[in-house]
Amino acid sequence: MTPETPVLKTTGLGKRYRTRWALRDCTLSVPGGHVTGLVGPNGAGKTTLLNMAVGLLAPTEGTVQVLGGEPAGSQAQLARVGFVAQDTPTYAGLSVADHLKLGQHMNPGWDAAIAEDRISRLDLDPKQKAGKLSGGQRAQLALTLAIAKRPEVLILDEPIASLDPLARREFLQTLMEVTAEHGLSVVMSSHLVSDLERICDYLIVLVSSRVRVAGEVETLLATHYQVTGPRCDPAQLPADWQIISASHTDRQSTLLVRSDTPVVEPGFTVDQIGLEDLVLSYLSQANSTAARGQKELETQR
Amino acid sequence: MIWLSWRQFRTQAIVAGSVLAVLAILLLSTGFGLAHLYHVSGLAGCQAKHSCHNALALFSSGLRGSVYEFVFYIAIGLIYLGPALIGAFWGAPLVAREVETGTLRLAWSQSVSRSRWLIVKIAMLGLAGMAMTGLLSLMLYWWSQPAYEAAALARPDTGLSISRLTPLLFGTNGVAPLGYAAFAFAVGLAASVLIKRTLPAMAVTLAIVGLVLIAWPNWVRPHLITPVQSTVALRAQSVEGLSISSHAISLIVGANRPSSWVLSDMAVNSAGRPYTGPPTHACAAVSQSYQDCINSIIALHLKEAISFEPASRFWALQGYEAGTYLLLAVVLAAACTWWINRRRLA
Repeated sequence: MTPETPVLKTTGLGKRYRTRWALRDCTLSVPGGHVTGLVGPNGAGKTTLLNMAVGLLAPTEGTVQVLGGEPAGSQAQLARVGFVAQDTPTYAGLSVADHLKLGQHMNPGWDAAIAEDRISRLDLDPKQKAGKLSGGQRAQLALTLAIAKRPEVLILDEPIASLDPLARREFLQTLMEVTAEHGLSVVMSSHLVSDLERICDYLIVLVSSRVRVAGEVETLLATHYQVTGPRCDPAQLPADWQIISASHTDRQSTLLVRSDTPVVEPGFTVDQIGLEDLVLSYLSQANSTAARGQKELETQR
Repeated sequence: MIWLSWRQFRTQAIVAGSVLAVLAILLLSTGFGLAHLYHVSGLAGCQAKHSCHNALALFSSGLRGSVYEFVFYIAIGLIYLGPALIGAFWGAPLVAREVETGTLRLAWSQSVSRSRWLIVKIAMLGLAGMAMTGLLSLMLYWWSQPAYEAAALARPDTGLSISRLTPLLFGTNGVAPLGYAAFAFAVGLAASVLIKRTLPAMAVTLAIVGLVLIAWPNWVRPHLITPVQSTVALRAQSVEGLSISSHAISLIVGANRPSSWVLSDMAVNSAGRPYTGPPTHACAAVSQSYQDCINSIIALHLKEAISFEPASRFWALQGYEAGTYLLLAVVLAAACTWWINRRRLA
């Protein structure tokens, strides 16, 4: 793998269930060496996208490549990708130790030392049945399995969505540790921006199969500004401002502006913006676009 | 992969093994008794017709209402039930349960291709199912040997008219049960892969396996090997009954072929068409006796047309039957492997 090979690359990717498209015409590229957050509202197609990336689902159209290879195309490809599925499934009837054995027997690159170290650090009883574990412990077990096979990329599908805040924090802590220790690339989906903010250095906002914005978190934060000033006509604003969202009261306008050069405009207050606000702006922009589309449809009728 | 398959299968294997062990104890503890009854009845060495007749009567009365009858029915029932249960409890949950619990996404994320994952499971559970049914069938073969040997000496009217070729018993003998087990397991697997929900898959498996096993002896087995056609002069002993209306007469004919499987047996006229009357004078007249009526019909020089599978074809029929079921099983299993590779699941 050359450093330029994206960990995840899709071109016109689509998946249809009978008549409903879960994902359509999705084109994106996730660079390697990052902890990438894939954010989007429920139903944006995140799970569908990730299931196709690990080869659990076959695309209806388009292509998807992980580390330059066809998902689940070979045993070698399977070994390169660690996957923690949504709701972190484990075998309820098998013990923690059984799960480690499962990993050992089914992965040629299995690192027993890592697995046992993680289990003891998590304070899990190896004899405990997985069905009796708490949600947080189960998620940790699933993560341990995915890590100990020594993958090059770790793909996680909403692993923390159903966890309580403490378990969530512990899970992310583990994830940060192993990412740093093993130099893994990580792709993780979530609709909880505040959690992603803690660990991601690359962000992709996916709304209705479309990439709204993608980039390194630092760059995104450095090029987005919240601009407040007297009510104005958007047409009169500087041409190099890309208006992501705008809200107006009678006297005042609040804008989210994307600009590669620093924003300085007399009469306006310019503030840095947090990641969560940034993401929400993109999401609401998508909502209003969708609403407009709906209205057009209605007038056409 | 073998480790995981075995770990998941372990409990079921122990349960099935225990049931088989209980049955083995039941068959062993009664089997020697049955063999003993065969010897003390004098069947072993009987030569003359008369001594055999007495020995048979002794043997039959020893069987009637005894524990042997009970054990025989239990074992027959289990040989048929076994494959259906293997299909429903081993085949149907194989993929469906893992879809329901989401663990398929865990299993298929390990460094083992899903073809290999499935093939190992099919091999382990399918072969275990066949081995269990085969063992049960083998034990029953040994156990019931005296009864079949006695029946081969018996005339139909002694009430001991069992044969390994009768539709119900054919399926409990030889290698046919192995074919049923493989087939039922494959049906369960196919239902599992297509329906992806355990309970409906189990119900569908039971229904399909039940229907096929019931329909098979009537619709398919007679065609595995073309039956022997034999036409002989109709004799009075062959007529078991008749019904007369004002225009027609129909005869019920039974050939004395105790160890063959008679598929059809009827009285035909010289043109080879089934005999339907008109009623002879002796039969039409109320004053005449049954025997006079029969004699008047025999006097017409009718023929008896029999279609049957002789006892000598037992193993050939077994081979074809087991082979057909095995082939169906292999085709189904291969289709399932191909299907999951199209990644329609998870």
